[in-house]
Parts: sequence; structure tokens; C-alpha cells
Amino acid sequence: MTSVEPPPKIRIRGLSKAFGPKVVLDKLDLDVPAGSSIVVIGGSGSGKSVLIKCILGLITPDAGTIEIDGRDVLSMGRAERDAVNGHIGMLFQGAALFDSLPVWENVCFGLIAKRRISRREAKPRAVEILAQVGLGADVAELSPSELSGGMQKRVALARAIAAQPDIVFFDEPTTGLDPIMGAIIDDLIVAQVKRLGATAFSITHDMASAQRIADTVAMIHKGSIVWKGPAAAIRDSGNPYVDQFVTGSTEGPIRMEVRR
Amino acid sequence: MGAVLGFIGSIGAGLFSVLATAGQVVLFAVSALGHCVRPPFYPRLLGRQMLEIGYFSLPVVALTAIFSGMVLALQSYTGFARFSAEGAVATVVVLSITRELGPVLAGLMVAGRIGAAIAAEIGTMRVTDQIDALTTLSTNPMKYLVVPRLVAATLVLPMLVVVADILGVMGGFIVGVFKLDFNAGAYMTRTWEFLKFEDVFSGLVKAAVFGFVIALMGCFQGYHSKGGAQGVGAATTNAVVSASILILVFNYVITELFFAR
Ligand SMILES: Nc1ncnc2c1ncn2[C@@H]1O[C@H](COP(=O)(O)OP(=O)(O)OP(=O)(O)O)[C@@H](O)[C@H]1O
Ligand SMILES: [Mg+2]
Repeated sequence: MTSVEPPPKIRIRGLSKAFGPKVVLDKLDLDVPAGSSIVVIGGSGSGKSVLIKCILGLITPDAGTIEIDGRDVLSMGRAERDAVNGHIGMLFQGAALFDSLPVWENVCFGLIAKRRISRREAKPRAVEILAQVGLGADVAELSPSELSGGMQKRVALARAIAAQPDIVFFDEPTTGLDPIMGAIIDDLIVAQVKRLGATAFSITHDMASAQRIADTVAMIHKGSIVWKGPAAAIRDSGNPYVDQFVTGSTEGPIRMEVRR
Repeated sequence: MGAVLGFIGSIGAGLFSVLATAGQVVLFAVSALGHCVRPPFYPRLLGRQMLEIGYFSLPVVALTAIFSGMVLALQSYTGFARFSAEGAVATVVVLSITRELGPVLAGLMVAGRIGAAIAAEIGTMRVTDQIDALTTLSTNPMKYLVVPRLVAATLVLPMLVVVADILGVMGGFIVGVFKLDFNAGAYMTRTWEFLKFEDVFSGLVKAAVFGFVIALMGCFQGYHSKGGAQGVGAATTNAVVSASILILVFNYVITELFFAR
């Protein structure tokens, strides 16, 4: 590494996390350059969501360091950490919309919490942000439980980008959607990330989705990164783990924990 | 021999996990109290919780109190008639209601109604990542979810118990006057005659403590629930059971503090 290179937006070194005897992350290293879009692929239960939650500070890792903009976020105090998180957006695997609040309050929740806007200004702002993800003003008054899964994902996307973050995390944004809606969500993600100039960190099982969103793809297996490369190279990576994942074959180095 | 040792071992393990949970509850309570006094505050949420816990519990608490006052008058009349002390009915009713039955029955009813609702709501938010989402949106879940419920329950339960006290005495009055043929004026005089400030006050202190305990157990169980719908169901049951037991335990402790000589 030469000295002219800027520090990566996110630098992870030796990250480990176990729940009781179950090792989920095992000395994981990963760099995410600023402004790039990385997609992490890997089997169910391989620790992808745990990885994101560690970066967000929702789970405390057992060992390792996480730097954001060159600053160690694990040793930060509460207030400093909150300030860093203020520049991060997150789309949760299950959307995680607040079902006690209408859609517009969900979308502007972070803006109101940070006192960037008042509740009165929030509704028109929410309608603007909803328009960016292709939802009409009529959705704003609905409750999240009245929306379809695809609409919930879009509202969650609107909520994640509302505060104009410079890092956005997407945990399986297209899982559970039909291929067309999946492609629409992917396009929205690409468009919004580009508009914000943000760094994107996504997780997916869906290879088509990965190729649409990613500059770089990283494969996680048994708690560490086993391959990392440009998205275009994924179909001929030469890596047995990636090959098995791309083809969906049951024969290969990846053994799912399934009893027969 | 091995079976006996295994049995003793499992008792020990059970005791240990109860103590560990008790420690976690205390830490949770301390942390929540710390958040109670530091901004940001959410008055809107506090108001909504007070309405939910207080106002909507009124019918349940009112019915419980009236019928308890009524049955108390009937029971003490038939019991005391055996030694010709029927005149004490009014006094027995008012002391039992204000000191014991008002706060305990209101507490238990609210524990069933509100403790369960709090645990289910917060538990669902936990297992669907909504609590994590709060954190990522610059909002502390302890302040946003736990504090309003704790404060609302602690403030509102004494108010409910004032209502329960009045209605309980009224229930006794109805049975006393219309069924047992007491003179209405004499019954009321007997009601006031031996009633002291600390009888009512101790009941209200109990109510505040019970309110805190109900909300605390609901929040704690919900906050730490895991494993989907089943986990939320377990959290709800645990919240109601543990709050009910703690209400009876604290009822004894507070009575001891006020009245034991
Ligand atoms: N809070 C927790 N407590 C205990 N174990 C956990 C916890 N969170 C995650 N795990 C375990 O960690 C492992 C990885 O979970 P994770 O959610 O990261 O998987 P994932 O890679 O996101 O899978 P999926 O693609 O199905 O979402 C799982 O085996 C899970 O059981
Ligand atoms: Mg996941």
C-alpha cells in the first residue's frame, strides 16, 4: 500500500465474534474504499448480518478493530459513536419499520430525532423522499402493516437514505421479492447511492442482484472472507467456494449444516 | 445416588439462573432510572402511555374494586356477626381496601393487562430488529421505549388506586346499606372514624412501586426476548408472572415498613 492512497472508508481487522460455543466471525479482515459499493455474499447463517451489526455497534465483537474514516469506532465513547452513526443509513433484512408509526414518520424518524427538521416539516419531506423510491404521496399516511413486502422494502430504503448518509448498509434488500421488484429495488439502490456519493455495503444471496449493485464482491465462509474481487469476475473467479455459490451446487467445499 | 446428585445439581443451576436474572433486572432498572433524568425526553410518548396504562385500565380496575368492596362487606358481616361485632363492617372495608385490596388488586389487574402488552410490544420490536433500527436512527431505545412506560406506570397506578379506593368503599356501602340495612349516615361515619392518612398513603406508595415493577418486568422481558413469536410469547408470560409475584412480595415488604412495630 502506498502513502498516496486514501484510507478506506471502513477497515476491519481480525474481527471475531462467538455466541457461546458457536464461532460466527473468525478473524475477519475487510477493507471498503470510500465511494465504492461492496456486496458480501455467503450462505445462510455464515455471519453476514452479524458482521453488519458489529460495524453499526449493535453487537460488540469479542476481538478485532473496526475503523470508519480511519477512526477506531469500537473504542469510542457513546456520544462520539452516535455522531458517527448519524452519517450511516441501514436497511434491515426484515425492513424493521416501526409499526406503531405511519410511513411518513418512519421515513423522517432519523431527521426528527436529530432535530434537523420539526414534525410539521416532516410530512412534506417524507413525501419527497418517498417519491425518490417511486412511492406516491398516498402511501405516507398508511401504516407499515398495510404495505406489501416490496413497498415495505422501499419505505425502509427511503428511511435509510433520508438523512443523506455517507455509508449505507443493505441487508438482503431483495430477499423475498419477485425478480422484477428485486431489480427495481437494486436500481433504486444504485441510483440513490450514486446520488448521495455514498459508500454502499450490501449483503445478498442473489447473484443477479449482486452483479447489479456491486463494484466489489466478497465471499464470507465460516466467519472469514475467502474471496474478494471485482463483480465482473465472479462467474470465473477460479475460487471453489465462489463457484459453488454461483452455481448453487450441493457438491463442493461449502457444507451447509443440514441433517439428512 | 447419581440421580440425587443430578437433582441437587439442577436445583443449584436453577437457583443460580434465578439470581443471575435478578441481577440483570436490577442493572436494567438502574440503567433505566439513569435515562429517566437525562434528556432527550419524550413527553408525547409519556402522554400516550399514561392514557394507555391509566385511562384504558379504568373499567377493569373499577369493576374489580366495586365487587371486592361488596364481597368484603358481606363476608365481614357474616363473620363478625358470630361475635356481635357487625358494627365494625364499615371500618374493616375501608381499611382493607385502602391498605391492601385496592393497590394489590389494581396492581394484579394492570400486571395482566399492561405487563403483557408492554412485553409483547417491545418483544416484537426486538425480534423484528426495530430496536436496532432505533439505535441506527440516533434514538436511544431505553429513552424512547422504556422510560415513558416506566414513568407512566409509576405515576398512573396511584391515580388508579385512588379510584379503586373510592369505588371499593362505595361497593361496601351499597351492600351495607341496601342489603345489610345499615343506616347510611352511620356507615359513612364508621368509615371515616378510624381511617388515618397513612392507611391511604401506604396504599398509594404500594401502587407507585407496583406500577414501576409492572412496567419494569414488561420492558425487561420484552427487551431481552429472542427467537421469534415463540420468544415473544414466553416473554409475555414471564412478564406477567414475575410482575405478579413481585407485587405480592413488595406488598409484604412495604406493609412491614409502614405498619410493623
Ligand atoms: N444475538 C444472537 N445470539 C446468538 N446467536 C446469534 C445471534 N445473532 C446471530 N446469531 C447466530 O449467528 C449465526 C450467523 O447469523 P447471521 O444472522 O449473521 O446469519 P446471516 O449470514 O445473516 O444469514 P442469513 O443469510 O440467513 O440472514 C447464526 O448461526 C445465528 O444463529
Ligand atoms: Mg442475515
